[in-house]
Amino acid sequence: MAEDPETFRTETRSWLEANCPPAMREPMRSDKDATWGGRNPSFAHPDQKVWMDRMGARGWTVPDWPREYGGGGLSAAETKILREEMARLRCRNPLNSFGISMLGPALLKYGTEAQKLEHLPKIARGEIRWCQGYSEPNAGSDLAGLQTSAEDMGDHFLVNGQKVWTSYADEADWIFCLVRTDRTTKQGGISFLLFDMASEGVSTKPILLISGYSPFCETFFDNVKVPKANLLGDLNKGWDVAKYLLGHEREMISGMGLGGSGGNALVEGALRTIGADEGGRLADPLLRAQIALFEVRARAFAAMSERFIDELKAGRAHPAQPSMMKYYGTELNKTRHELVMAAGGSDALEWESEASNHGATPRAWLRTKANSIEGGTSEIQLNIIAKRILELPS
Amino acid sequence: MPLYLTDEQAMLRDTARDFVAEHAPVSHMRALRDAGDSTGFSRGLWRQFAELGLTGILIPEAQGGLGLGHVEAGVVLEEIGRNLSPSPFLATAVGAVEALKGSAHADRWFPGIVAGETVAALAIDEGAKHNGRIAMRAERSGNGFRLSGTKQFVAHGHVADLLIVAARTEGGTTLFALPRDTAGLTVTPERLADAGIAARLTFDGVEVDADAVIGEVDRGDAPLARMLAGGRVGASAELLGVGGGAMDRTVSYLKERKQFGQPIGSFQALQHRAAHLYSEMEVARAAVLKAQQLLDAGDPGATDAVSVAKAMTSLATTLAVQEGIQMHGGIGMTDEYDIGFYMKRARVLAELFGDANFHADALARAAGY
Ligand SMILES: Cc1cc2nc3c(=O)[nH]c(=O)nc-3n(C[C@H](O)[C@H](O)[C@H](O)COP(=O)(O)OP(=O)(O)OC[C@H]3O[C@@H](n4cnc5c(N)ncnc54)[C@H](O)[C@@H]3O)c2cc1C
Repeated sequence: MAEDPETFRTETRSWLEANCPPAMREPMRSDKDATWGGRNPSFAHPDQKVWMDRMGARGWTVPDWPREYGGGGLSAAETKILREEMARLRCRNPLNSFGISMLGPALLKYGTEAQKLEHLPKIARGEIRWCQGYSEPNAGSDLAGLQTSAEDMGDHFLVNGQKVWTSYADEADWIFCLVRTDRTTKQGGISFLLFDMASEGVSTKPILLISGYSPFCETFFDNVKVPKANLLGDLNKGWDVAKYLLGHEREMISGMGLGGSGGNALVEGALRTIGADEGGRLADPLLRAQIALFEVRARAFAAMSERFIDELKAGRAHPAQPSMMKYYGTELNKTRHELVMAAGGSDALEWESEASNHGATPRAWLRTKANSIEGGTSEIQLNIIAKRILELPS
Repeated sequence: MPLYLTDEQAMLRDTARDFVAEHAPVSHMRALRDAGDSTGFSRGLWRQFAELGLTGILIPEAQGGLGLGHVEAGVVLEEIGRNLSPSPFLATAVGAVEALKGSAHADRWFPGIVAGETVAALAIDEGAKHNGRIAMRAERSGNGFRLSGTKQFVAHGHVADLLIVAARTEGGTTLFALPRDTAGLTVTPERLADAGIAARLTFDGVEVDADAVIGEVDRGDAPLARMLAGGRVGASAELLGVGGGAMDRTVSYLKERKQFGQPIGSFQALQHRAAHLYSEMEVARAAVLKAQQLLDAGDPGATDAVSVAKAMTSLATTLAVQEGIQMHGGIGMTDEYDIGFYMKRARVLAELFGDANFHADALARAAGY
């Protein structure tokens, strides 16, 4: 660390105060307020772009990546301070990105220098939006059963097949994709490819979800040409990259258990709909008890998340620990949203009204049901904990 | 401060782990119980704790102790919990020390605690449920006070040398330090489900000197809060040990026990429950360390964090012992097998200084609902 932490904290605080637009210090009203960047970005508010650009220019969208790849070059301690100061000002996340939370770490570990220099800075500045091509109709939990093929054509691969549940495939610029390059073995015949979604032969078809939105797609590849230089890691060794990336995906998803709003928003909602008794306590004693016991777990999980990050940084975490974080965090987040719905009563059921911000609450509730499915289901996480941490027999 | 043990703390844990496992494993507790021992713990073992310096873990170095914090005390308590060792550590080395710290009583009582000669008991609860309310009265009488009321669930109260007693005085709460042989005090030992002994104390106009007061008259809330915070976070650490011990035994059993020609641990239904239990215990562990660190740092967030720790460990350890017995099958129900002891101890600790509901309620009140 170049300077002493308190100086860094003071400087960071004043920079954030000067540069984070006030609108970006308000809680998000719905999923649509998130900033995703990309070649054709959409912003619900102009300050989203201002905020993303300012943070991106400093490398603070990815504070702990090296500077030469567009990062902030901060130490672990400085990154923690930055996050604390952002939380203090309630700054929104400047950029949501699978590039940051999933592909980036895999590129840093497995990428060639040329691949890192080409892709990482664009991820950091939100210029290219990525999607994840893992799942297929017959390869979900059993991911290594995937069949999309990449045939070696000398100077390029020819990719054919179908992916499913590809989040934002229709809005993404590039895809990181698992393909089969050898049919004789299961895990050992998978390779990891990066390619442009604008390539000829790529098409997508949105799938409508129970939330009424269609954030993910079926994705089809019909004789897509992918340059050989776009292979990440070694040929047929893509499973290692895929698993490494999944660890990061699980970490990211587990963060949802921390919830943006915290228990207090739950209580405010309940006090509005249900009111307080003469003692000033929530008038529904059973709901109050449920919220209070939820709060115990949520706060304990917040401590767990802090511990997990500290242990990761120090290289002390068990490699399968992200599975436990993912499992616990996502189940907790589902519980939170059940309570939000219970507290909200019929107000929380409005699907389209202006007052309900187009049904933000019920749509968010429905969205959380995917938390324990995406990135590997809860059952799969429990299998991993049982086998790899508790070392139970098969 | 990172949320894991420093190298020094990990060393202390290893020392405590070896020591407790060697000198006070579960068989030690079983032997005391089978002998119908009426003390409830071993004085000899308490002196051995002193030889390692552990009895003075929270006592400042200037007063002969190790001058360490709640993280370190918790490291010891976790091993006590893991081995179900009957020990006055929590009440004496944590509760009483926190209550007396910085008062005139420290000089009188700390040397005995450091030497492993003195055992303390905390007289707080007045009913079957810890609710924080104090009805016991201390009225001015001569140049001292006259105490009237009853206390219950006072661990080691029948043999302790020192009693810390909370009472209501005219202008607030006052904390007293009394020798147990104070005249007029009736002590009735009661054996509990876990084979430990806790006393009921009846104060029928017990006369005490003014210098029995800890700190200042009517100003007992601060030392009482300190004592309770230490007691709660300490009980949480002990619960972690109990839950962790139960879980480790259960996971080993899943690997050993065969049915249908394979280890029962290969059945996914049990694997998932074991993995869920592991997750709950890990989350509880993080909550405890967080509370200990905040307490040691004098952070105002410590009160909430202590409630989270006590509630979370009560929930997680209760699950650990329930799953423990169920997954052991019939053998888990036998007295001969140790897992049942874990269930009984967990129940006692879950009640101590407020159960999960009490602490969840405290959090809710603090948050204003
Ligand atoms: C909102 C959302 C976004 C997603 N985004 C993406 C994306 O961007 N890119 C991408 O590639 N994929 C994405 N996915 C796909 C996701 O990774 C898969 O849905 C997931 O891995 C589960 O696969 P499946 O849906 O085929 O379920 P299945 O594997 O068919 O599982 C069905 C049920 O069986 C259980 N099960 C299966 N195997 C076992 C086992 N061995 N033991 C115990 N139980 C088992 C599962 O837990 C589940 O309950 C997304 C999914 C969702 C819901």
